[in-house]
Amino acid sequence: MLKTTASKSTKAKTPKTPTPAGPKPSAQRTKSKLNELQRDLERKTIIMQGNEAVAYGALDAGVNFFAGYPITPSTEVAEILSAELPKRGGTFIQMEDEIASICAIIGASLTGAKSLTATSGPGFSLMQEGIGFAKITETPCVVVDVQRMGPSTGMPTSPAQGDIMQAKWGSHGDSPAIVLYPDSVKESYELTIRAVNLAEKYRTCVILLLDEVLGHMRESVRLPDMATVRVINRIKPTVPPHWYKHYDENQKYLSPLASFGDGYRFHVSGLTHDVHGFPTSKSGEAAEMMERLRKKISYNIRDLVQIESYEMDDAKIAIFAAGITARAAKEAIVMARYEGIKVGLLRPLTIWPFPDDAVRKMLRAVDTVIVPELNQGQLIHEIRRLTKDKSDSDVLTIQRVNGQLITPNDILHKIKEVI
Amino acid sequence: MANIPQKVVHQYLRHDKKFPHVWCAGCSNGIILGAIIRAIASMELDRDNLVMVSGIGCSSRMPVYIDLNTLHTLHGRAIAFATGIKMHKPKMKVIVVTGDGDCTAIGGNHLIHAARRNIDLNVILVNNNIYGMTGGQCSPTTPYGAFATTAPYGNIEPDFDICNLVLGAGASFVARTTAFHVVEMQNYIQAAIEHPGFSMIEVLSACPVIYGRLNKKGGAPQMMKEFRDNSLPVTAVDKLPPDQVEGKIIRGILRKEIRPEYCAAYADLVSRVQVTGGKNDAKI
Ligand SMILES: Cc1ncc(C[n+]2csc(CCOP(=O)(O)OP(=O)(O)O)c2C)c(N)n1
Ligand code: SF4
Repeated sequence: MLKTTASKSTKAKTPKTPTPAGPKPSAQRTKSKLNELQRDLERKTIIMQGNEAVAYGALDAGVNFFAGYPITPSTEVAEILSAELPKRGGTFIQMEDEIASICAIIGASLTGAKSLTATSGPGFSLMQEGIGFAKITETPCVVVDVQRMGPSTGMPTSPAQGDIMQAKWGSHGDSPAIVLYPDSVKESYELTIRAVNLAEKYRTCVILLLDEVLGHMRESVRLPDMATVRVINRIKPTVPPHWYKHYDENQKYLSPLASFGDGYRFHVSGLTHDVHGFPTSKSGEAAEMMERLRKKISYNIRDLVQIESYEMDDAKIAIFAAGITARAAKEAIVMARYEGIKVGLLRPLTIWPFPDDAVRKMLRAVDTVIVPELNQGQLIHEIRRLTKDKSDSDVLTIQRVNGQLITPNDILHKIKEVI
Repeated sequence: MANIPQKVVHQYLRHDKKFPHVWCAGCSNGIILGAIIRAIASMELDRDNLVMVSGIGCSSRMPVYIDLNTLHTLHGRAIAFATGIKMHKPKMKVIVVTGDGDCTAIGGNHLIHAARRNIDLNVILVNNNIYGMTGGQCSPTTPYGAFATTAPYGNIEPDFDICNLVLGAGASFVARTTAFHVVEMQNYIQAAIEHPGFSMIEVLSACPVIYGRLNKKGGAPQMMKEFRDNSLPVTAVDKLPPDQVEGKIIRGILRKEIRPEYCAAYADLVSRVQVTGGKNDAKI
């Protein structure tokens, strides 16, 4: 349940309703109206966990279908949605495994649902084939991966940022990815909404990467007024059924999507397909399909990429970090600036597609880049890819995979090594 | 059972788009598709609210040929996708077409859990005792001693009795028939679609080109004759001495019982929660 900072006084004002005897539709409506009122009252400043923020973000984005399988450190998302979705007429189902979970959310999405699942490393690995299916069939859905330390069972309650590359390359074959990466509880809420919106808009599986600590960390969050939350719904076709193309090549790669049951009777297959969705082995049509998947991401980089620039205006040293590691970096920057060191941070909120342009600009402006990350080197390769004119000594890394975070002091220490 | 003329069957096919089909000459898959179409047509079901979902395999190629809402998924996962569809729009009728490998090897977990939940899916499990699509490897239903490309010395594993497996998992409708018994098959499909709960029909099918050849079964006609001569209706079993039942394919509706259907149970939960606002008294 949501807790407000002024929970007592707010709760006291919440009107009490008598419990109706049976499920009368009118009583239900009043009840849900009152629930809504209560929710609005509670949408003040709230202390919540990252996982809670994801669950409420999903609900506010209009998610009405969740299928999942319990796994630490993501389980709270499922637990909250198992309580909240039925209240709103949505569907929650605990499946037999993560493979079933991803498949069920794709099936539901094809039937018109806004669907989401949440998992962590081992489950994320199991979902990869399904993620590829969602991408090739251009079916909107969201997978939340609350990263824990791997490989394998690893350290289930310890943080790591080891799934960054998996989120992009985890499924076989080329399939461009949209992956978002928040650094706070509030941003977890916001980026969950954005993930659902982007999934609907771009008709793909969008991945939200969370750090274990963020999933379980409590912060105070001021949720926006529901009226100001921007929710994007998929475009529905308006053409008569016999004109409908499931992958309409004339729609700038963002084509309308019919649902099963709408009267369109289309075919969906994980086989390489033509614009109608029927399998093809013609190389021309195969190339067209692959280009379509690529271009709908690469032609929309501006819409997809989000970055945060912190203290970069006069920076000579830049830190490039994501998620919880960027939080430590900000702290380090405050300490370094106190000592007069000109250092700033570039933080990707969208990690895939990678913010190439912003990174190039950063590289032109600074002498040295430090890339701290909770893995054995993943983001660093992306930076090196863009730093052909810089020597290796100008691109430094801090890597840690032992279940501990990289601290502000670790980063400050590295900054001081540079100057 | 209404007699459905060929002309009507053709109206259900995407013949302008997707024919010729991929199946070998003599394969039973076409016969099974025909029986499904006849069942749907004679029930006059609204096609817009019918979905056919399949996994991967020869049999799983079926959806592409039929003019319904169709979904050709991943190897083994048809039931999981179908669960998502049915849960989101329970008014839709969902037919799952799947192979023995698809549904009892890689997808076995989904099969037993759907049966346990008693979710209203109609699973038509095409059992040709082999992996047809990949060229004849062993499946969980390849009989003991039979040959497969991965069992060149004869299969040393006991085979699944799929109906028993699904009965054990709690399915509320279970039937078995063969590709030879087309009228019976159509009747069972109709009964399964009408049944409010999970249903599974195991259809023994002939794969003359791979299974038949590897096991010297003769051609498709011989395999069909074997289905005819080597099977018994379940109603006859009690009347015969055990030695005449041994080794026979038992056909028939093996279970048909009413118990709470999953989507209905979920709808019930939703209305209870909405009345109580999710307080404790919403509990069962
Ligand atoms: C994950 C995965 N593993 C393996 C395969 C390869 N494969 C395709 S079809 C098939 C077996 C199909 O056998 P069955 O389900 O019995 O159907 P049939 O072709 O006999 O109708 C296999 C192993 C695959 N497509 N995906
Ligand atoms: S390989 Fe066997 S099952 Fe597959 S199409 Fe040919 S005959 Fe049918």
